[in-house]
Amino acid sequence: MLDDIDRRLLRQLQADPSQPIGALAEAARLPLATAYKRLERLQSSGVLRGQHAVIDWHALGYSVEVSLRITLDKTNPRAFDEFLDAAREVPEVIEIQTFLGRVDARLKVIARDLAEYQQIYRGRILTLPHIADIEALMQVATIKNATTLPL
Amino acid sequence: MIEPDDIDRAILRLLTGDATLKASEIGRQVGLSQPASWRRIQRLSEAGIIAGRRLDLDAAKLGFGVTVFLGVKLAAKSRVSLEEFERAISAIPEVQTVEHVLGLYDYRLRVVARDLSDFERVLRRRIMTLPSVGTVEANVLLSEERRPGPI
Repeated sequence: MLDDIDRRLLRQLQADPSQPIGALAEAARLPLATAYKRLERLQSSGVLRGQHAVIDWHALGYSVEVSLRITLDKTNPRAFDEFLDAAREVPEVIEIQTFLGRVDARLKVIARDLAEYQQIYRGRILTLPHIADIEALMQVATIKNATTLPL
Repeated sequence: MIEPDDIDRAILRLLTGDATLKASEIGRQVGLSQPASWRRIQRLSEAGIIAGRRLDLDAAKLGFGVTVFLGVKLAAKSRVSLEEFERAISAIPEVQTVEHVLGLYDYRLRVVARDLSDFERVLRRRIMTLPSVGTVEANVLLSEERRPGPI
């Protein structure tokens, strides 16, 4: 089980994932060896699964970001799997989520501009299988983006 | 803005997979020397294309069993005080992301909680008590995957 020391360590690591282990140990007020051992254990137990670089798509020229909320035709038992498999083939889809609620799935789609978005939407999204309904939310601004947990 | 070439794209793909890879290892995989690969990573970071790192934590193992996406429509007369709403909602630790959107809702929130009753507490005591909140729609996250995107 996780204790307060693990949480403290993860809190500090969340705050700055790229800091060297020495700085991390100091921030968490732990001896270096303890911090090291704890991190290893968090990794081997699957709590800490890895670290990923975050790409700023705006900086790469993708200025349009749209959330597509999708309702699927659930009369087909394969609807979810076939829809998700096909959605994975669209490079501009950067996130795929499934839900319990009014919508079944959500795709986050990026494009360089509205003309390109329209092309992707018509050519790649509307052609995905088993879609019953689509609602679009266009991103205006990201106010808070903390993928961190309130540990 | 720099236009990344094929090698830059390969580096971005590797780092989004594992941000802890050393410059030497990345260089080996894309056919560059350690210093050359280090310089490219540096350049991608300075250009803001690599925006940072994200820890991949197993939320369930850390006691956060529920993630809910909320679509929030503000009460009509509160539209004037967007900043106030944004400040108040961003201050709630369980609210991980706040996106201002155009469409059916005004804001899209990602909320993490220990379980459904904990989520209900956050929703009732912290979110619904904000004076500007009008209608709210909730969808419980079942699965989530991040895709590499068009690189």
